[in-house]
Amino acid sequence: MTDQSTDRAPTASRPLRGHVVRGLSDRAVAWIFIGPTILLLLAINIFPLIWTIRLSLTNYRANRTAEAVEWVGLRNYQRILTDPDIWHTMQATAHFLIWTIVLQVLIGFTLAYLINKKFRGNDLWTTLIVLPMMLSPAVVGNFWTFLYQPQIGLFNYVVGYLSGVDPSSFSMIGDVALAPWAIVIVDTWMWTPFVMLICLAGLRSIPESIYEAAECDRASKWRQFWTITIPMALPFLMLAVLFRGIENFKMFDLVVQLTGGGPGSITELTSINLKREAFEKWRTGYASAYAVILFVTVFGLASIYVKALNKVKQR
Amino acid sequence: MRALVQDLARLRRGPWEMLATVLIALGVVMLMQPVSLWLYTHSFVVTLVGTVMFIIVSHFPE
Repeated sequence: MTDQSTDRAPTASRPLRGHVVRGLSDRAVAWIFIGPTILLLLAINIFPLIWTIRLSLTNYRANRTAEAVEWVGLRNYQRILTDPDIWHTMQATAHFLIWTIVLQVLIGFTLAYLINKKFRGNDLWTTLIVLPMMLSPAVVGNFWTFLYQPQIGLFNYVVGYLSGVDPSSFSMIGDVALAPWAIVIVDTWMWTPFVMLICLAGLRSIPESIYEAAECDRASKWRQFWTITIPMALPFLMLAVLFRGIENFKMFDLVVQLTGGGPGSITELTSINLKREAFEKWRTGYASAYAVILFVTVFGLASIYVKALNKVKQR
Repeated sequence: MRALVQDLARLRRGPWEMLATVLIALGVVMLMQPVSLWLYTHSFVVTLVGTVMFIIVSHFPE
């Protein structure tokens, strides 16, 4: 009896010791775990954001640190939002954004739909299609400038061969009318595989039993596509649009390598323009206001998308 | 329409979120449209109001 009672005593006190591990409460342990992440988030995201907002209200120039910084209030915002050049830059970005997303979603989904059908060499085709996505944007930009060469470029040769137009009669990156399309084509070529992979994941997540049930109900392939495939792959499609939308809104490297914003400023997207203001003209305060405007726009769009995505998922 | 106004008055999340979403979308369209410089000038205020509203109303009860 005595032995049993001595055995039970430590067992009874165990739950008490579970709450406090070596003097630290559960709450303290939780803070120790998430503390570094919160600190990192504050240092890398929140502090620069607050600092940028502060700079956007001044005339600070990063190349003239000895000069007194003047508080200008909302003047930088006023200047940006009344500047026709920046307005044109926004339009160039809208053109790039809309067309790349439309083309990438259409082609990406079609490719995913085809790859999802079981056929011989399926894996090989998937690997080949995914290759452009693995290249560096700087490399892609560089070799597409060669492909777009009017005299020796393969792209011009193929277009000339198919349409009968003289290949040297047009320049994709030198023509004001064609340059916006040149960057759309390259971005679509590079990032369609990414959209395809997301769509493929969506298509492969649809259970076969749903199609079998539809077959039993004699639903046509067309009806199956619109009532099963599209609604069930929609969250994935929306995710792809969200990723590509945000990414293309701040597109920089590919376009700089390809056209450098030219001819003139026809392909100067907002991020290129922002970089010029910040690091070529050194108008840091002005560029900060510009960055805040872009941030609010992307943040707003992302909020809408996350909400829409959650709604679709709940269905 | 009357139900929507009532829900807005009772601070329900759904209609307020919808209003914020419409403002954000309108602001983005105004920012990137090629028609009017006046719309472009006022786009940021519309987007900002929509975004701030969205952050606030997402804490409202369902």
